[in-house]
Amino acid sequence: MASYDDVFEKVQTVLEDALGVDKEEVTAEATLVGDLGAESIDFLDIVFRLEKAFNIKIQQSELFPDNVLTDPQYVQEGKVTDAGMAELRQRLPHTNLDAFDADRTVDSFPNVFTVDAIVKFVQSKL
Amino acid sequence: MRWIWIDRILELKRGAKLVALKNISAAEDVLHDHFAPAPGSAESAPQPPRPLMPHSLIIEGMAQTAGILVGHAGDFKEKVILAKIGKAVFDVAVQPRPGFTIRHSAEMVRYDASGASTSGVTELIDPATGEARKLADIELMFSHIDSNRSGLKFPKENFVFTEQFMHLIRNVEKLED
Repeated sequence: MASYDDVFEKVQTVLEDALGVDKEEVTAEATLVGDLGAESIDFLDIVFRLEKAFNIKIQQSELFPDNVLTDPQYVQEGKVTDAGMAELRQRLPHTNLDAFDADRTVDSFPNVFTVDAIVKFVQSKL
Repeated sequence: MRWIWIDRILELKRGAKLVALKNISAAEDVLHDHFAPAPGSAESAPQPPRPLMPHSLIIEGMAQTAGILVGHAGDFKEKVILAKIGKAVFDVAVQPRPGFTIRHSAEMVRYDASGASTSGVTELIDPATGEARKLADIELMFSHIDSNRSGLKFPKENFVFTEQFMHLIRNVEKLED
């Protein structure tokens, strides 16, 4: 498996190019949406660029699950249910969901997508 | 005014490449609201500014070129929307003025159910000499909006590929399907 630092460096470049941010801003803890200003269309761009940079194939839903938070089985009154949390944990094994689990509001979900989560996801694909 | 910024499709290779031309004409109103900096130095007499095709509309021309390439790859069943301009770097020394021809060459970088990304080169051709100079590198990203992640619904009919684009497609000069 490629080392964390090697993958991190390439992910940094991908995010610099996709989001127009400076290298220094792309820290492991930085969130894509909150800290780096990613919008929904940027996620597609990031997937495309990761595939190219690492020569891997990614289904967009693997990295950013698209239908969990719109499913009434998984979300009630703006909060993710136990079943929803279980589904997210299964779909996003590379992502640390502990902080989100304490909050569970749908609006704060984008904050789970950190640079660290992307690096771990890519490592799992290599 | 019609919102079409390419005039001819020279070459179309399915899912791979599309080359289109756009002739810049002084009859286009938009040129007369957009000028190149007056040439000459501080010592020379002031020169009248020269009308120039705006770079934003040249990007739109590339978006139409690449957008047709993407649409054709999916047999025009998808609604292909320009989602992001990844890169647009122009050489400001190459001035797109009336009487010159723009050539957009777009290549597919990636295509899937959710969208596509393209890279392209735009050149400025002088029809008097045939000389072509590179004007811009333009990278774009397109979304197939019916499979977007936001869950929004759009009209059923394909409002992107209207008759004016389909007319261009029917008259492609070199088609590799």
